[in-house]
Amino acid sequence: MKRLVVTLALFGWLPLNAGEPIVVASKNFTESYLLGEIIAQRLEQAGMEVDRRFGLGGTLICFEALLAGEIDVYVEYSGTLERTILKLGQRTSILELNERLLSRGLSLLSPLGFNNTYAIAVRKEVAEEFSLERISQLTDYRDLRVVVSHEFLEREDGWPGMRRVYGFDWIPEGIEHGLAYQAMADGSIDITDAYSTDGELQRYDLTVLADDKAFFPTYLAMPLIRDDLSPRAQAAIEDLAGTLDDSSMASLNASVVFEGADFASAATNHLRSIGFDVADGRSNTFDDLIRNTQRHLWLTAIALLTATVVGIVLALAVFQVTWISNAVLYVAGLLQTIPSIALLALMIPIFGIGMLPAVVALFLYSLLPIVRNSVTALVTVDPVLRRVGKAMGLTRYDELRYVYVPLAMPAILAGVRTAAVISIGTATLAAFIGAGGLGDPIVTGLALNDTSLILQGAIPAAVLAIATELMFEGIERVLVPRHLKVLEQPR
Amino acid sequence: MDECVRLEDVGKQFDGQWVFRHVSLTLPQRQTTAIVGESGCGKTTLLQLINGVVSVDEGVLSVLNAPIPETGLPAFRRKIGYAVQGAGLFPHMTVQQNVDLMARLEGWPESKIRNRVRRLFELMGLDSALGTRYPYQLSGGQQQRVGLCRAMMLEPPLLLLDEPFSAIDPITREEIYGHFEVLQQQESVSALLVTHDLREAVRLAQFLVFMGSGQILQHGETATVIESPASESIRRLIETQL
Repeated sequence: MKRLVVTLALFGWLPLNAGEPIVVASKNFTESYLLGEIIAQRLEQAGMEVDRRFGLGGTLICFEALLAGEIDVYVEYSGTLERTILKLGQRTSILELNERLLSRGLSLLSPLGFNNTYAIAVRKEVAEEFSLERISQLTDYRDLRVVVSHEFLEREDGWPGMRRVYGFDWIPEGIEHGLAYQAMADGSIDITDAYSTDGELQRYDLTVLADDKAFFPTYLAMPLIRDDLSPRAQAAIEDLAGTLDDSSMASLNASVVFEGADFASAATNHLRSIGFDVADGRSNTFDDLIRNTQRHLWLTAIALLTATVVGIVLALAVFQVTWISNAVLYVAGLLQTIPSIALLALMIPIFGIGMLPAVVALFLYSLLPIVRNSVTALVTVDPVLRRVGKAMGLTRYDELRYVYVPLAMPAILAGVRTAAVISIGTATLAAFIGAGGLGDPIVTGLALNDTSLILQGAIPAAVLAIATELMFEGIERVLVPRHLKVLEQPR
Repeated sequence: MDECVRLEDVGKQFDGQWVFRHVSLTLPQRQTTAIVGESGCGKTTLLQLINGVVSVDEGVLSVLNAPIPETGLPAFRRKIGYAVQGAGLFPHMTVQQNVDLMARLEGWPESKIRNRVRRLFELMGLDSALGTRYPYQLSGGQQQRVGLCRAMMLEPPLLLLDEPFSAIDPITREEIYGHFEVLQQQESVSALLVTHDLREAVRLAQFLVFMGSGQILQHGETATVIESPASESIRRLIETQL
């Protein structure tokens, strides 16, 4: 991994990186958050310190982060490892997966128990009426209304494969996955596809048919760790092996999605139910708010400070040569047109996940307003004053120091101010690459469709932006009152 | 030597266009010479040649008995005072800071700076209380007088004036003329005044240079030039303006 020594040095000072906590991560969907929280609480209960990096934006980000040592553990599914990550053939044994992972410094712990794969769900009344228990029975009940999700209809590990293995000779209609449960609930369809740990299975009282011909690939959930994770931590996580079956995972999911439980308390309840004496009250909204805000400010401040220094120096270096300053402005403008989420994603292969790539991305974003304002302000310094400064015998350096910079200062500060506000907004997206900050509750809230959680990130971010505006107004008042007054005077 | 600037057959072009050619001229020391001409006749370019802002394309130019140096232009320019139309004071600095900036950069001791500023303020009739003000708090006439103090701060032997009095109302202008004359004589500075105002030139300068369409039309002592214009156009100019 390429690392910027200077930035790393800066990071050494970050209060949140003190000590050596175990970094537990999750992807950005409900089940992954819950599993991350369960592991985190188990480790804490075993007396270890934990840093949570939940809601990372997808499988590859998690896996890369683990490889890079940015995180220590997250829960992965065997099928995902097999197909998406290692790109192996079907039905690779766990042993074989583990061998492949070991060569990369990773290893799988024992499965947690459940298998989150495709499942065929039937309305309970229908299942009882026809004594349906296995998928192969469906060939005898061709007049049942089977409607499956569009994706399932297309995927090789969905209907087309299932049809061959089970010998179904009909093609069902497609439906939006989210609507399928609704349709099941109101009785307009009888059978649909589902994920075996969906909370909806319990909420809508659906029966899952057994995959008696073992068609569906297995998606066993297993903690994926770095080899160098301490044996004590490994043992603590290993204690969770086999403690979560399909239905308990589904009810945990349901408790969060339908009953409004937060991840932490749902995880606590589960751990207690399997005999771990977990302490209460990990999730304190206020503590979270302080922690997220602190992190958010760090991200923005480091990026902004660097961009301010680099931006102003760059502007001073190029403003006197028109074509170079145009080129710099063009490149900075180009950076600005990259969508922020894409820029953040582009940083991952270079800088991994966490604060560093986020800071670099925010730095690049802040650069344009600062450079542009600075260059514009410098080139528009009154030509009479430039001529006088030169004719008086000011050296190049003194010209910049006594004439250009002070005269351009109001506009330069305005650029920094714009950059600061943009950064605070953009920094919320940094949560997708594990940088934390006020984006954390927003990302989680999006995964859960939980507006109040989203607002827990969005409102403080907005308040920060406003506070920043006011702060800069103050700075401008202190730093450049006379210039501003003077510049408003007609000559 | 009693000349401070000498031009021999000097020419200057911008983008292939000659602003002027074959200009020969000597400026006497400790006198005020005025260059009069319509705008665009190359007066300002002539000033910029003398303080090395632009370079000569042909001919020989010597300033303060030496050619314009290739390097160390800032140090060279510090020997030449410079005042412009509208004064060109730095708006972010106080009057005092505007005037003493160069002296501080030169590392003058505090007492020397104080004495010099006091003397210049006296010569230009400025109240010392103005020192802490900012330029925008001054009248146009005050700004211009501060501009002259600034130009003279380092005791330069040569002072270049680019239409410094033209944006000032007539009554104030007459007052400043008086201060300028005192300043020029007390400081024994050689002054080169560029102006389009013949009345001002006659009022302040001992020597007159008429410039037009890229060349020198007439050059001599003010009284002589006024009495015997070299051409019909100069005669008409004198008649209409004086």
